[in-house]
Amino acid sequence: MNFSILQFPASNCDQDAVHAVRLLGHSAHLVWHKDASLGDTDCVIVPGGFSYGDYLRCGAIARFSPVMQAVKQFADNGGLVLGICNGFQVLTEAGLLPGALIRNRDLQFHCENIFLKTTTNDSPFTSKIPAGKILRVPIAHGEGCYFADEVTLANLKANNQILWQYCDANGNLTDTANPNGALQNIAGICNEKRNVAGLMPHPERACEPLLGSDDGKWVFESIFAALKEKTAARAA
Amino acid sequence: MTEPAITPELVTKHGLTPDEYQKILDILGRAPSYTELGIFSVMWSEHCSYKNTRPVLKTFPTKGENILVGAGEENAGIIDVGDGVAIAFKIESHNHPSAVEPFQGAATGVGGIIRDIFTMGARPIAALNSLRFGELSNPEVRRLFSGVVGGIAHYGNCFGIPTVAGEVYFDKSYEGNPLVNAFALGVLRHDQITRGAAHGIGNPVFYVGPATGRDGLAGAAFASQDLTEESAEQQRGAVQVGDPFMEKLVCEACLELLATGVVAGMQDMGAAGLTCSTCETAARAGTGIEIELDKVPQRAPNMSSYEIMLSESQERMLIVVHKGQEEAVKRIFDKWDLPWSEIGVVTDSGRMVVRHGGKVVVDVPAKKLADEAPVYFRESREGTYMEGVRAFRLDGIADTNDPASDLKKLLANHTIASKNWVYRQYDHMVRDGSVVCPGSDAAVIRIKSDSLPITKAEYAAKQAGQPAPASAPIADKFVAFSVDCNGGYVYLDPYEGGKAAVTECCRNLACTGAVPVGSTDNLNFGNPHYPEIFWQLKESVRGLAEGCRAFNAPVTGGNVSLYNQRGALGAIDPTPTVAVVGIIDDPKHITTQWFKDEGDAIILLGKPVDRSDPLQGMGGSAYLKTIHGTKNGLPPRVDLEAAKTLHTTLLGLIRAGGVKSAHDCSEGGLAVALAESCISQLVARDTPRLIGATVDLSGRAAEASGPSPRVDALFFGETQNRVIISCAAVDATKLVERAKLMGVPAVKIGVAGGDKVTIKTNAAELSVPVAELHDAWWNSIARAMA
Repeated sequence: MNFSILQFPASNCDQDAVHAVRLLGHSAHLVWHKDASLGDTDCVIVPGGFSYGDYLRCGAIARFSPVMQAVKQFADNGGLVLGICNGFQVLTEAGLLPGALIRNRDLQFHCENIFLKTTTNDSPFTSKIPAGKILRVPIAHGEGCYFADEVTLANLKANNQILWQYCDANGNLTDTANPNGALQNIAGICNEKRNVAGLMPHPERACEPLLGSDDGKWVFESIFAALKEKTAARAA
Repeated sequence: MTEPAITPELVTKHGLTPDEYQKILDILGRAPSYTELGIFSVMWSEHCSYKNTRPVLKTFPTKGENILVGAGEENAGIIDVGDGVAIAFKIESHNHPSAVEPFQGAATGVGGIIRDIFTMGARPIAALNSLRFGELSNPEVRRLFSGVVGGIAHYGNCFGIPTVAGEVYFDKSYEGNPLVNAFALGVLRHDQITRGAAHGIGNPVFYVGPATGRDGLAGAAFASQDLTEESAEQQRGAVQVGDPFMEKLVCEACLELLATGVVAGMQDMGAAGLTCSTCETAARAGTGIEIELDKVPQRAPNMSSYEIMLSESQERMLIVVHKGQEEAVKRIFDKWDLPWSEIGVVTDSGRMVVRHGGKVVVDVPAKKLADEAPVYFRESREGTYMEGVRAFRLDGIADTNDPASDLKKLLANHTIASKNWVYRQYDHMVRDGSVVCPGSDAAVIRIKSDSLPITKAEYAAKQAGQPAPASAPIADKFVAFSVDCNGGYVYLDPYEGGKAAVTECCRNLACTGAVPVGSTDNLNFGNPHYPEIFWQLKESVRGLAEGCRAFNAPVTGGNVSLYNQRGALGAIDPTPTVAVVGIIDDPKHITTQWFKDEGDAIILLGKPVDRSDPLQGMGGSAYLKTIHGTKNGLPPRVDLEAAKTLHTTLLGLIRAGGVKSAHDCSEGGLAVALAESCISQLVARDTPRLIGATVDLSGRAAEASGPSPRVDALFFGETQNRVIISCAAVDATKLVERAKLMGVPAVKIGVAGGDKVTIKTNAAELSVPVAELHDAWWNSIARAMA
């Protein structure tokens, strides 16, 4: 499979996403933010970082970039798009995902490992995550508090769009396990069509035991499986 | 624009002595212009010239077979780590700016050190910092502390460099004058090393990066004088404002430009900005340089030549490009949307010539300005306080009657307590290389192929739209580093304190499984014009140098920060911070400090208490300070030979397999080190992995000849050269015997497991639930900051 990893001027987890995808046996290339084409691609990752410095509001400028117009089109055609951390922020700003990410409730940046409960396996981003498996993956953000109005929240639930929630080691959605004050401990969601997802934690930083956890690989394995199915369907 | 006339008052105001001014007259053969006066004043400040410390700095060991770029040659030293790969690293202070404006002061400190690394052609891949503050009970100190940590986080996180290690000490002596020392490390291939030299007569000189403003005017000079309330207020404008987004762009653009092969020399505009970068690059190459200030991008209207030359606006670089290849600069800097301007040319005149508004405003010999600053051999005299320090005995101090309570107090002491409140704010995992994160003795970073800057071949292929050539992938490499300095020790005995700083650093590396390859130091002291202060400096450098020699960790560069004193509060504890970098060949040998499994044996390497020390390792200890409010007594001695044996033995044991954890004993002694081994493993947010321990020191204490040591000395004394390791129960005898065979005292002192930490001696026993110890240690700083 071939992954396009977007590169905004201050993306700083772009190389990490490339590393993770390659480590797991697939190919990845960077796409510059001024490019209007994604090239030959099976999946787009909008990586972590600070896109255009994010002094205004995380991801607020990135949504206007040429490459994001290409990503919108790719998503409209059913392509898989995953936003990680800043990438999640960019996708909400671009309107590809509902809700917003606001300042962490204690106003501090948080870099630490957290536990993630997979709320549903019914998505191309979660299908291969073993049932009941609590993922241990890092977060690193200052604006990761997921917020949405009540209608949006109700829709997310009704459509089963909440993919991951912060939990404790035993899978309980406690308030202390919530690092940033996100509504309903939401760490990641997908769109209604289920082909665009975003999450604040960094699965690409947790793909090898050497770095402390390889739980993040399950997110990528899910994507690989979905792409394989797609290819098979196309061939058939 | 008319410039002020040069008067003796103006000369004094620029921090230049009459003798120094005379030297300027001799060099120029005429009176300097106002701009020239400013230029001399910054270049001859301590910050840029090391005029007060050069003779002392020369005593550091700086040679080594792996050193590719040595101390003082360039912006950072470079060490070969094999397979054609090298590391560049350096530590630098930003103390005074942080005292005045903690957030921006610390942020730009990080920015400055990162620039020093990519200026060498290296990709910055890790950062650490060493911080000193007053006591957190003081609200002003809390403001400084949270500002500094916030500033470091802001800059490092946005730039995308993992801040993986550091240390923070709290002591009243730093109250008015916090210390902010930032370290960065980068990686590159040998053939990517870039020099800060203006080579090639006729080559164009480029200015790249954001426009020059009036911020940071003469910051280097500001850093080279005592802080006063007045100066702090006046100098607020001397603090630069950092833009990490800009730095990220400049770094990426520079590394890309280097891969085109068009760069003849490159230097960042750090302290003394355009002045320093132009005259130093010319001086290094033995050439001259001519620049036109009207071509310098400017942020403010009507800036004078003095202001443009002395501004310390951040994130700017000076790049000398091979003639005829200017197009590459335009193409790449336009791609990154960065300002650039061709501002001058390399000449053969040996002079630095600056034109502004059609007139020559500066015309000075570059080499004399850059390299021939006056050098002072300052008077040094032992401080009278040392008499009292030497005479200090424990007689008047009752032995502990509640070691459990003492242990909790020590764990909650902000200097000893967990720094999670700090490092949680730093992105310490970006770049997929953080193998050991903050919270163990030393951090470990993996260098992988994609950590390296893009090569010329890779770049050429990319430009041609071809697939990247299979440029030799490198095997993963593992770099460990630690930064240390107990300023209290150095105050009480500069020589021993200097030795102790390097030794602790190297002990931390040994505990991690690493062998030192080099070091960098940051000498933070008071005003060197006081002979007592200069004595502290000289003596501690003697100790540092001896330590660096003993551990084969040559100094590859560093920084000096003097005048760290503020009015009536007096000078800071002398703080020669040292960072040592080491290599771990096999990832299997990477070792962390926490106990791993129930039932594992706990072994003490080293003597429980140094009997030859009349203070039994209690001089200058955290115990005396925390429990008895005393900072006194000669600190514990460091036997460098014994230290070397300990480190080599520990490494041997780790490599042979079987060592499951290793943690060094430092502040708070054996009891604190044991407790930390039980409570410091963090699984995830709010989820520590606690493991108890039962330890018996009675046999060991009785075994040694002479009178029994004091209980507090056994528990909390800071006798040097001790490490706690753990291993599977079946391996214990083997490990103890091996260590003894190598000449290191070793004894099994207990077993890990349970939910309590219990330590027994002949005369006393403490037993505390491990959760209680964890709470005291983990939450102490957060409680103070709440």
